[in-house]
Amino acid sequence: MTAREPMAMPSGLALCKHCGLLSKLMTTHETSYCLRCGNELSFRRHEAIQRTWAFIIAAAICYIPANILPVMTSITLTGAEDDTILDGVVMLYATGSWPLALIVLIASVMIPMSKLFALAYLLVTVQRRSLKSNRERVQLYRIVEFIGRWSMLDVFVISFTVALVQMKPLMAAQPQTGIVFFAAVVVLTLFAAQSFDPRLIWDSANSMENRNE
Amino acid sequence: MPDNPVACPDCDLLQHIPLLPSRGKALCCRCGKVLAINKPGGNERTLALAIGAAIVFVIANAFPLMGISAAGREVDTTIIGGAWAMWQEGNQLTAALVGLCAVVAPAGYIMVTMVVLVAARRYPSVPSWVGELLHWTKLAQEWAMAEVMMLGILVALIKIADLATVVIGLGMFAAGTLIALLAAMAINFDPEEIWTHVQWTDDGARLLANSTQTIDYQEAKK
Ligand SMILES: [Zn+2]
Ligand SMILES: [Zn+2]
Repeated sequence: MTAREPMAMPSGLALCKHCGLLSKLMTTHETSYCLRCGNELSFRRHEAIQRTWAFIIAAAICYIPANILPVMTSITLTGAEDDTILDGVVMLYATGSWPLALIVLIASVMIPMSKLFALAYLLVTVQRRSLKSNRERVQLYRIVEFIGRWSMLDVFVISFTVALVQMKPLMAAQPQTGIVFFAAVVVLTLFAAQSFDPRLIWDSANSMENRNE
Repeated sequence: MPDNPVACPDCDLLQHIPLLPSRGKALCCRCGKVLAINKPGGNERTLALAIGAAIVFVIANAFPLMGISAAGREVDTTIIGGAWAMWQEGNQLTAALVGLCAVVAPAGYIMVTMVVLVAARRYPSVPSWVGELLHWTKLAQEWAMAEVMMLGILVALIKIADLATVVIGLGMFAAGTLIALLAAMAINFDPEEIWTHVQWTDDGARLLANSTQTIDYQEAKK
């Protein structure tokens, strides 16, 4: 069955990640370079599983202070108030713009968290050599890649709020430490998605076949 | 060379891409990944769009996005103002990230794309540094987040609208146009078409010259 689906790596062919040229890799010991663009060739992204796990764990650690620590302080005549990411969502909801509150909640809280769970799920299934729902898993990976950038939303919201609300002593806004952790979560999850190699999902079927031969 | 197989970047399946009609797409038959899109004249349109985007980018960055006024005082901000405010408040890391995604990456994407397209038109055999720049257009595109920034600005505006009167500036309209132009550039850009004309490395060129028949797979340089 799967033998009728020829894959590049078992045939000794590697796709150049820069220019898309397909090259024959003779040995796996020496470093090979693409003949068209001169970049290093490899069958799969370099240490995809370890690197993706490392970025996921780092992002998960930063996720906690990103949500607990205040990201912004609003100073008004009546005093100063520290806001976390969730406080920002609640504030938007309270002022009557629930669609925006929902967008910020999805972009800032749900997207980073679901990205972490989705990538962890993909890694675990790849490491367990799962053969099931390959197509669904590759689609899950594409969604993760596509939505990742939208978690930057709150970083922009805070930046432009700070830039505009500068009317001391009437009102002012200052960024707080939480936003650094939040930005770190966004960047680390983007790196995590880039490190993963979706072709690993399909490799299990191949290694099963080799074992049976 | 339509007979050479391609490998799907998402599932590694080897397959042949048929001759595509104009605007036709080839999908991977196993995972559904778009393997090729035939975009006749795509790069010509991309160059025109990139020139437009460069002009709009300058306007979007030169004029204020928006301002607020309260109790007789006014404050306004430009795109870089968001990053600058973070920097001044001692949040340099976030400022650098905002500057990268809002200004540096979009500017780099537009400029590098223009250089690549002009070079590809000028040289019948595209020099290898263009290939290197093609890689940079991909990186810059990944980090250019004009559309996310725009939504962020809208959310910030609605938050502030309760506290002060908000005035929309020229920069905001330019930024909106810029997002449309960047999206149109991404749709029309055809790096594959340029790659087929890029000069190979010395070893690659020798191999190409020595072979008498169509090369099936290229032996990689050791
Ligand atoms: Zn290459
Ligand atoms: Zn595929």
